[in-house]
Amino acid sequence: MITLTHFLLVSAALFSIGLYAVLAKRNAIMILIGIEFIINAAILNLVAFGKYDKINYGGQVFALFAIVLAAASVAVGLAIILNLYRKHQTINPEQTTDLRD
Amino acid sequence: MELIIFYIFAFIVLTSAILVVSLKNTARSLFLFFVVLFAMAGLFIFAFADFIAITQILVYVGGVLILMIFAFMLSNKQLLEDLQNTSKKFLSLPNWQSLLVAIGFLVVMSYGIFEWQEHTPRWITENIHKGAVIGPSDNNIEELGIKFMTKYLLPFEVISLFLLAALIGAAHLSRKEDHS
Repeated sequence: MITLTHFLLVSAALFSIGLYAVLAKRNAIMILIGIEFIINAAILNLVAFGKYDKINYGGQVFALFAIVLAAASVAVGLAIILNLYRKHQTINPEQTTDLRD
Repeated sequence: MELIIFYIFAFIVLTSAILVVSLKNTARSLFLFFVVLFAMAGLFIFAFADFIAITQILVYVGGVLILMIFAFMLSNKQLLEDLQNTSKKFLSLPNWQSLLVAIGFLVVMSYGIFEWQEHTPRWITENIHKGAVIGPSDNNIEELGIKFMTKYLLPFEVISLFLLAALIGAAHLSRKEDHS
């Protein structure tokens, strides 16, 4: 029998890995991947709790919403990264110090 | 038996996620990201969320990953190089500090989870008592469709508008600028 704790532990570990990627990486695409890990950990939590809610199906419905939000954020984020690369010839967040042209 | 398969999937997720963040080569990391997402879909099935698992594979593996590989290929070879140089600015922590923060978060969250374990929320115990728990024989997709069109109609419409706006914004941002 898989209880809630197993799901929560796995998603906590995945969240920590994503946090490490966001903090340590010097590559904007890897930072985006770290954010995706964090979102996936959140979706796993939503789904695990949603198992106990048959009346409203709240967990699964909002897990779907979270997947859509993640897809939208990746589309916009990658567009911004491509623009950044075109303007500055780098995607290292350290070296992009100005926002204007 | 169930638990063994669950932990095999969890092991795949965690080891490939650690490899994703530790490998120096961005292309390898992107393809390992693929493995992480597939194994996450496997974990969703253990919570009886089959439709979420299918959507995960469709949206993430079919959309997000292809988008990332495109972005990776449209930038140049410089990305293949190791970008991990340390500097002394704020928020540019060296690796060991971010490792410390991440492990600290993991310890705090696991402590919280084990403390929480003895105090299950009342709605969960009530639903288990009433038998209102999603089981392996439930038809989730039909229920989800009904819920989307009745109870969650407003969030559904809002999220579709949001997705439309985000995609138009992304298309506008990545367009080549004409000097007018």
